[in-house]
Formats: sequence, structure tokens, C-alpha cells
Amino acid sequence: MIKEEENIEKESKAKSKSPIIEIKDLHKTFGQDNHVLKGVNLTVNKGEDLVILGRSGSGKSVTIKCIVGLIEPDKGEIKVFDQNVLHLPKNELNEVRVKIGFLFQSGALYDSMSVRENLVFTLRKHKRELSSEEVETEVLEALDNVGLSDAIDKMPSELSGGMRKRIGLARTLILKPEIILYDEPTTGLDTITSREISELILDIKHKRKTTSIIITHDMACAKLTADRIMVLKEGVIQAEGTYEELEKSEDEWVRSFFE
Amino acid sequence: MILNLKNTFEDIGNATLFAKQFFKEVFVPPYETKEFLKQCYFIGYKSLPLVAITGFIMGLVLTLQSRPTLVKFGAESWLPGMVALSLIREIAPVITALICAGKISSGIGAELGSMKVTEQIDAMEVSAINPYNYLVVTRILACTLMVPILVFFADAVGIIGGYIGINIHGDVNFYRYLTQILQSLEFLDLFPATIKTFFFGFFIGMIGCYKGFNASNGTESVGKAANSAVVTASLTIFIIDMVAVQITDLFF
Repeated sequence: MIKEEENIEKESKAKSKSPIIEIKDLHKTFGQDNHVLKGVNLTVNKGEDLVILGRSGSGKSVTIKCIVGLIEPDKGEIKVFDQNVLHLPKNELNEVRVKIGFLFQSGALYDSMSVRENLVFTLRKHKRELSSEEVETEVLEALDNVGLSDAIDKMPSELSGGMRKRIGLARTLILKPEIILYDEPTTGLDTITSREISELILDIKHKRKTTSIIITHDMACAKLTADRIMVLKEGVIQAEGTYEELEKSEDEWVRSFFE
Repeated sequence: MILNLKNTFEDIGNATLFAKQFFKEVFVPPYETKEFLKQCYFIGYKSLPLVAITGFIMGLVLTLQSRPTLVKFGAESWLPGMVALSLIREIAPVITALICAGKISSGIGAELGSMKVTEQIDAMEVSAINPYNYLVVTRILACTLMVPILVFFADAVGIIGGYIGINIHGDVNFYRYLTQILQSLEFLDLFPATIKTFFFGFFIGMIGCYKGFNASNGTESVGKAANSAVVTASLTIFIIDMVAVQITDLFF
């Protein structure tokens, strides 16, 4: 009963908010005949957490990389904050990018820099006017958000996989993004660490009121974080709904994710 | 065969566009002064021992190998001038550049290749930080500036090596040795040799960065990028040297 109420609340929340990311008819082919995206359409509303599920190679990561301009699609339209990012000049695209955080699968920490330097480097590039004390405060706050203030002077090579992802998240959060794109945030982690990362995603959403797209294979993560789930199959959206709806889907292929 | 040729031309085209972007970005702020100085330290200062040892051996060996022939013609007194000219005009610039291709170009190729494969370059891009400006411009500039300095250093150490080589079989005072060198050298011996070292430095940095920046996904490609950077940079050094010698012949 309580779950049903939660679902209704989630649905109504999603419907009442305005779209912040809109993707229309997105196509991408690698090489001659590797058609990865074959017309993806999706909308993410403000404050919503959208989880994209799908088998490896179904085009999940390509979709979110297209949103931030890391991959150029062959055809389609991507609107973020009502701006078509595919046609923006580099400087305007960078303004949009600052508002979008991207957590890479590996964390993608800069190996030659310590944890502190990783965060300071990113912050300094955008907020040159900040004093050293202000930078230090922001860095500590970001690390505190992910529960890793103690690791401030460590090098990335000294961190575990889970810690690297948390620091990667802290580096993303330091720019205070409105949207966060998570590329398989729990892949390669043990069950407990995966749950901690999923809870962290939820915590960030509540504290910072961010909008998120989460690419994952981890159903526990999807269940905990998703307001809505989209299932991608061979480059097209196969199904869409809440966790509970898709769990009872008539499509056996979709249901197989939840078993 | 045709496919290989096509790939080579495609690669040359892409490398040209990559170099063109350098000239577009080098004057555009923000200027990454701190990173540039850091790269100068790694490329210049950290290469000094290697260049010193090689320079010394070049001078010493060249003297020991040339001496018997000059003695046969009774021209032993020409030895300091000949060693210095050979070192300054050709041997020191080319050998130092080849050493830099092996050490610096491969290092840059591997470093950037590894950053590319582990998505660190993408992470910069999505954080609205220009990775080309931060990683490529600084490294190419540092190479362009540091390689000529390393060549000067190799010249100096090579001349000292030559002095020791001469003194193994004879007894020449260092002041006299230097005087003989300065008497046989002209400004035009130094000028073209120095100019070409800037080109060597530019291409060593540019090729290393290009190979690293274009490493495909997968750890294997990091090794390939480093290897390919050394081979291409070494070959380019010889081509530039050949062109530089032809131009020098025409004008000087």
C-alpha cells in the first residue's frame, strides 16, 4: 500500500515537472554497419532520476555521451535546458557542460594528481576568482558529501574502485551541476559498496535537487534510485515505466532484467 | 598495399589538422603557464643526464675515431675545429633529437594514450576544460623550447668529451683547445643548426601528442601509441634534417 502511494507520488512528480533533457530520433553508426542507436527518443524531467537499462552494446553509454557532446550523433536532436546542444558553438556548449556532471565508469580521476588536486584543478578552471581558503572549503565540502574527507592527500593509485568512483563523484559535484549523468556507477563493485554508491546517488538527489540519468546493469541500484526506467534494446527504447510496472511487463525480454 | 597507403595519407592529413589546431589554440587564453613550466622541467631538466652522457660519448668517440686519419695527413691540429663543427652542425642536433624522440615523444604518447584510454581526457572535456590547450599546447611548446637548449648542452658536453679524447693521446691545454674551436666556427655554423632544432622539438612534441591523443580504446593501444610516436618522430627528424641541410646549402 505504502509502495503504491510512493509510486503514484513518483509518477505525479515526474509528470508535473518540465523536461530538462529531450532526445528525439537519435541515430549513431560506428564504422560501416555498426548501428548502435536507431532512433532513441527520451525525455527527462526536472528533478527526475531516469535509469536506462539494457544489455552491453545496446547504446546506453553512447546515448549519454551524445548529451555532453563526447560523441557526435549522425542524426537527431538533443535539447538540454531548451538548447540544442548539437548545434551549439564550443563556448556555449561548455557553458551547458558546466551544468552537467558526468561520472565515468572508472571514475576517470587524473592519475598524475592527488585527490585534492583533482578537485582543485576542476574548480580553479571555472572559478578563478575564489581565494585559496574558499577553494579548500569547497573541496572539503565535496569530499564530505561522498564521505571521503580523509582521502584528500591520497593519489588515485592508492584508492579502491569504490573510492575512485566516490572521488569522481565529488569532482563532479564541486561544480554544482544541475544534471548528473552516471555511467554504470556500481559496475565492478561488491554488493555493499554498490549499495553505498546507490544511496549516495539518492542522497545527492535529495540534497542538491539534481536531475539524473543512470546507466546501470545493477537492478538493486535501479530499484533504489529510479523514478522511471527505460529499457534499451538494439538501439531503440523497448520499454518504459516504473520499476514495479516493468517488473510485471508482458514482454519476457524486459522481464528477464528483473528476475 | 593501397589500403596501407590510404591509411598513411589519412594519418598525415589528420596530423596536419592536429598541428593546425595547435597554432589556433596557442594564442588563445587561458594560458596554462604552470603546466607549461612543469613540462619544461620534465622534458628539459629530467633529460639532462641522458643528454650529458650521450653528448660526452659523442665528442669523445668522434675525436678518437677521427684522430688516426688526421694524423696520417699531418692535420692533427684541425681536430678540435673538426670535432666542434661536426658536433654543432650535425651530430649533436640529430643525436639529441633522436634521444628526445625515444624518451620524450614516447613518454608523451604513452601518457596521453593512457589518459585517453582511461577516459581522463573525456573527463576534462565534459568538465568544460579544453584538454588540447592544457595537455597538447603545453607539451608541444615545452618541447619546442627545451630541445634546442638540450642540443646546446649536448654541444658543450660533446666539446668537453672531445677535449678529453684529444688528451688521451696528447697534451693540449683547454684554453688552446677552445681557441682553436672558436677560430674554426662562424655564426653561420650555429644559426641553421639552431633553427632546425626548434623544428625537431616541435615535431617531437606534436607527434607524441598526436599519437597519444588518438589512441583507440584498450590498453594495447597505449603501447602502440608510444611505439608509433618514437618511430614516426625519428623518421621525421631525419626528413627535417635532410630538408634543412638542402636549404642551408642553398642560402648559406
